[in-house]
Amino acid sequence: MCLKVNMNVAVRCENLTKTYDTGEQKVTALNNVNLEIRLAELMMLVGPSGCGKTTLISIIAGILNQDAGLCELFGENLLTMKSADKLRFRATKIGFVFQAFNLLPALNAAENVAVPLIINGVKREVAQRRAIDVLERVGLGERWKSLPAQLSGGQQQRVAIARALVHSPNLIVCDEPTSALDHKSGHNVMNLLKEVAVDDNRALVIVTHDARIFSFADRIAEMDDGHIISISDSPKTA
Amino acid sequence: MNYIAIKMLMGDTGKYIGIVIGLTFASLIMTQQPAIFMGFIARSYSFITDLGLPDVWVMDSKVQFIDDIKPLQDTELYRVRGISGIEWAMPLYKGMLKARMDDGTFQNCNVIGLDDTTLIGAPPIMLEGKVEDLRRSDSVIVDIDGATEKLARPPLVAGGAKIPLKIGDNLELNDRRAIVVGIAKVTRTFQSQPVVYTTYSRAKSYAPRERRQLSFVLVKAKAGQDLHELTQRITANTGLAAYTRQEFMDLTFWYLMKNTGIPINFGVSVLFGFIIGAAIAGQTFYNFTLDNIRQFGVLKAMGASNGTLLRMILLQAVFVGSIGYGIGVGLTALFGFAMRHSILAFQFSFQLLIFSGLGVSVICVFAALISIVKVMRLEPAIVFKS
Ligand SMILES: Nc1ncnc2c1ncn2[C@@H]1O[C@H](COP(=O)(O)OP(=O)(O)OP(=O)(O)O)[C@@H](O)[C@H]1O
Ligand SMILES: [Mg+2]
Repeated sequence: MCLKVNMNVAVRCENLTKTYDTGEQKVTALNNVNLEIRLAELMMLVGPSGCGKTTLISIIAGILNQDAGLCELFGENLLTMKSADKLRFRATKIGFVFQAFNLLPALNAAENVAVPLIINGVKREVAQRRAIDVLERVGLGERWKSLPAQLSGGQQQRVAIARALVHSPNLIVCDEPTSALDHKSGHNVMNLLKEVAVDDNRALVIVTHDARIFSFADRIAEMDDGHIISISDSPKTA
Repeated sequence: MNYIAIKMLMGDTGKYIGIVIGLTFASLIMTQQPAIFMGFIARSYSFITDLGLPDVWVMDSKVQFIDDIKPLQDTELYRVRGISGIEWAMPLYKGMLKARMDDGTFQNCNVIGLDDTTLIGAPPIMLEGKVEDLRRSDSVIVDIDGATEKLARPPLVAGGAKIPLKIGDNLELNDRRAIVVGIAKVTRTFQSQPVVYTTYSRAKSYAPRERRQLSFVLVKAKAGQDLHELTQRITANTGLAAYTRQEFMDLTFWYLMKNTGIPINFGVSVLFGFIIGAAIAGQTFYNFTLDNIRQFGVLKAMGASNGTLLRMILLQAVFVGSIGYGIGVGLTALFGFAMRHSILAFQFSFQLLIFSGLGVSVICVFAALISIVKVMRLEPAIVFKS
């Protein structure tokens, strides 16, 4: 894909606005949000509960449409894309890590990791082999046959990270990747993300309110009530 | 993705088994009940099918089905014989007569009287004795099921096995002696009464004295004679009803369909099986999808298209459908096998396989459809909700 605007910018949000209308009431989750996420950086999105963090990364990841404003991923506007192209874009360019891991319980670790490749049409045997390679990189090569229920929370999140990496996406979005984990496992998961996920051709956005991991960020965007109130470099204290 | 779909399905063992049980139940009821029904139907005209030789059956014009006997005068036989295009025409007596048992109780028997000289209409398979023995005085032939069940002698010791009727044993038909000279195999009749064969003249002597005793005239057409033309000619000349064998079977079939509760009873059973099976399978399948809605959301977020998810759900439905159908049909076949020697009629045809296959397919499509609608409408953004 041709990166038109700025070689360094992965995501560019301009005046993003999103309002949820449940019928009884309207909630403005995002109000004129402006944000740039650069390639090769680990950007953290922090702020109090309900300030719009999840809404923002959902729009960035192309699984939610904004009401107004622009969101460009690698120079492409997902809002105006045809839905088939949008799916293809998500399948190839984006990796996901969730707070609740969201592994498929009936599939073993390798099969779970292989899912993004299979969605991209890779043959099952090939996908499985590549999945085991990536599991090795996250330190779970030996456990590729284990079902999610047989793994600890930290191990499950490592499988999820392998799944987010296996198809070499250019953007990885993580929503509260450590908040279901104890301090030590959370720390390990962040170390792993920093080590294996950060790449010159990739941006990482991590939503968190776990202050103990702020030091892993390159930059931190702080949100409140649907706004970005500050963007600062990492405190680098841990 | 197919592999993932099947793994997902089997991953939830409880629901998987629940869906399969629902579909098994539906396909079992949808094959077993109609098979019994078809067996009944075939039995209703088995007497006509067993009688292979005659081409045309002649009877009173008001007869509605095989067991609806409206006797004719013996002279009608000679009128029929006078019609052109006929090779031969023979009398047949068919009637219910009471047989007195050794213990003093009575048993209704289906007594068949065959033409004294030709014995046309004799049972096709003789297990013991010969058809010709009917020419001996007071002789009768009894069907094997009657001989071993309803006409069997009481056990010697209480609680022992009944003693089957055998050659040489005596029966009393309307206070007249009858001697068993043969045991025959016949297709069970609709009412499953014992069948007793004898000659036409002896049957008349067993029966209560009446002016009219001829039940049917059996007619063989001359070679090359058009049967339809022949039946018309017989009716025109005698005022009697004349049917080809197939026509008489159809007449009997439709009489039972229209005038008995049998088709409705079976229809209701089949409908219940269908509805209950659909409810169990549909409900459980939908619950299964709801339980896995987050997984579908994750796949959607990761770029799986609606078409892909639709195929996954359809595959899951087809998978459980095939297993349920296979087990259900298998159980029906097993049931039929277990019942093969019993009084129960059972006819498991390939049309039934298609019928129940379609029924199960309808259930699966219905079950899949509500799940598909749910998954199609799913917003992938739910994946970030905890
Ligand atoms: N699907 C929805 N329908 C209606 N309102 C919603 C929906 N999703 C989010 N909201 C509302 O929008 C606002 C922002 O929600 P969002 O989930 O983005 O916050 P968040 O910063 O991720 O919070 P948390 O830290 O608790 O996860 C909240 O007030 C929330 O109640
Ligand atoms: Mg959130």
